[in-house]
Amino acid sequence: VTGLFDRRLLFVTGKGGVGKTTVAAALGLLAAEQGKRTLVCEVEPKGDLSVAYDCGPTPFRGRAVTERLTAMSMDTEASLREYLRLIARVPVVGRIGPVASAFDFVATAAPGIREILTVGKLCYEVRERHYDLVVVDASATGQVIGQLAAPIGINELVRVGIVRSQTSWMLEILRDPAVTGAVIATTPEEMPVTEAVDLAGRLSAETPVNLACVVANRVLPELFGNREEQVFEALLEPALMKEVAAELRLDEAALGAVLQAARLAVTIRRDGASHLERLREGIGEQVPLLYVPYLFGRAHGLRAIRQVARLLGEEL
Amino acid sequence: VTRRHSELEQLVAAKEVIVACGPGGVGKTTTAAAIAAGVAAHLGGKVLVLTVDPARRLADALGVGGLGNRATRVPDEAFLAARVRPKGELHAAMLDMSESWDALVRRHAPDEATARQILSNPLYQNISRRFSQGHDYIAMERLFELHEEGDYDLLVVDTPPSRNALDLLDAPARMQEFFSSRLLRWVTVPYRSRLVNMASRPFYQVADRVLGSQLLQDLADFFILLQTMRDGFVARAAAVDRLLRDARTTFLLVTTLEAVPGREAAEMKAALAERRLHLGLLVCNKVLPESLIDPGAARAADRLAEASAQLGPGIAARLASGGDEVASAVVSRVVEEVAHSFANFRLVANREAELLRELSAAHDVTVTIPYQPGHVTDLASLLTMGSRVFGDEAEEEPAARRASGSRRTGARGGGPRRAGAP
Repeated sequence: VTGLFDRRLLFVTGKGGVGKTTVAAALGLLAAEQGKRTLVCEVEPKGDLSVAYDCGPTPFRGRAVTERLTAMSMDTEASLREYLRLIARVPVVGRIGPVASAFDFVATAAPGIREILTVGKLCYEVRERHYDLVVVDASATGQVIGQLAAPIGINELVRVGIVRSQTSWMLEILRDPAVTGAVIATTPEEMPVTEAVDLAGRLSAETPVNLACVVANRVLPELFGNREEQVFEALLEPALMKEVAAELRLDEAALGAVLQAARLAVTIRRDGASHLERLREGIGEQVPLLYVPYLFGRAHGLRAIRQVARLLGEEL
Repeated sequence: VTRRHSELEQLVAAKEVIVACGPGGVGKTTTAAAIAAGVAAHLGGKVLVLTVDPARRLADALGVGGLGNRATRVPDEAFLAARVRPKGELHAAMLDMSESWDALVRRHAPDEATARQILSNPLYQNISRRFSQGHDYIAMERLFELHEEGDYDLLVVDTPPSRNALDLLDAPARMQEFFSSRLLRWVTVPYRSRLVNMASRPFYQVADRVLGSQLLQDLADFFILLQTMRDGFVARAAAVDRLLRDARTTFLLVTTLEAVPGREAAEMKAALAERRLHLGLLVCNKVLPESLIDPGAARAADRLAEASAQLGPGIAARLASGGDEVASAVVSRVVEEVAHSFANFRLVANREAELLRELSAAHDVTVTIPYQPGHVTDLASLLTMGSRVFGDEAEEEPAARRASGSRRTGARGGGPRRAGAP
């Protein structure tokens, strides 16, 4: 995946619950460690990013996490205010509160407006070169297509006005595979893989954004090679297990539980491997596929993000 | 019959509606379907499961898919093929969002012509097909409709994945707010009087410039059409809200015991309590087996790790005598790996047990479903999962359940579960 960080804008998406925030936060941390001025933006302001970086609230204006790493949460009202001030130069300042909530309401009825404020803010940060790289913890499968396709869709809806005139430079940024890429996060499970494959297809069919890579998160380590697995199966034979228990003076049931736990690990791993095969087939050979191993230790917080960043760094 | 079984039987006897909620990716849809199947099979009655976006395999298992809103009965033959003689009937339906919206419009529009105008409006089509908060409402609305029709003894409804768990609970209230909001009045007043309305002027200054007046005109036209349905919509949303609060309705919270979903589930639980909505059942899905936190097993794993080198030659000789030549180093490595893997999974199982203790209060009825590789591919696997919820199957208790001090019981017995042999 050479050149992932040569891009300027990365959208990390995938099914809910697969670790999108973890992957986005780790990519951001890694890029910052490699010397890039990096912005990580959480599109759904649920506070997951602040948990990932152990850093307290991440407001729209941004919060410094490390010297080169900034974290922010999307806020379409704040985005509108910034947009009006910087681009539309509309002199509305004091009364923005009720106006913004009114606007929010219109945005609900006319889909594409809220999405354009989200994507617009991100593209703006790229265009103004405030950062070398913007990593987006984007919405889940259901909504991300709408967001990324918004600059195309808006033209059908809005025939005049400033919003429409702003879409062409956004599209230029989003369309260029050297500038913008999508990263699909998934886990080796049925639904996440099915959605990842589906999403890969819809990205290219419905949005201007190109798929940069797929990250398979929480991949279990392979316990045994072929030969070892045969030995392991032999150990599960009651007669042999009895002998081992006797030799070590262990309770047979306790030893059985340990062996069954290993069997569960083997089964989960095998099940996951079949999904990863399906993933590989579904996204095609040319799309890079990165693996992040399952972390048995603490599963969230900055320590875990550092670990994932290091593992991703090895893959890159 | 275990206590858990009877608690669930009591719950199902008292409730007519079960709303499944919880974070994404935890098996919510499958759990809802498994509970419905379990009730139909073992407790009886006419049960409907309303699913939102089932995986294809689950849709196939239930015999829905491409049917729109129409409910279909899962044939008794399917139960019999799974070696279960059902006491009741299982029906399944998928929620077709746009079809449900269209039905709502037809019901509340003052006349046929207005309904047609609304249905063909491009803004309406955008909302009914893409507006995800609207999906929360429509799921609850469809539930209400089915409950009104009164064809079923029990309705189990799966909910759409939302950005925010609260969206679902507040959807009916938000629908009522929508129709009474100031903005709706602003947008729908005739253009000329907008200029004299001081309150709305800043909005129009911004909106005209940013969106263009054409879009505003389109919006106004659309909202004027919508207002013709106002009374019906508001009354309906209030009724939907009442159903969610009704004593016959209960919520089923599904989660896994991982950190992020666990946190979301805790928030959801607090939100239910805050709104005085009834939490009937907490289901923790994909929980690791109890033997992982057993101290005796941990000692055995430690002992194996210490003795791996010592065990190698003996076991290798034993295998060789059975005609299987293998280096003792390979055997030692296998033994070491077994012990190491146990320690890894034990760590996760301990974390799960702790999370369950935090999540589940003393009076909650809590069920844990063990991790099961593989998928629900047919009614039989769905019924097996349902049996786990009801505790009918002799099954090892998952680790987290025993560790937790809250009120929960389960089917005890059986040896260590042979974990999902492929």
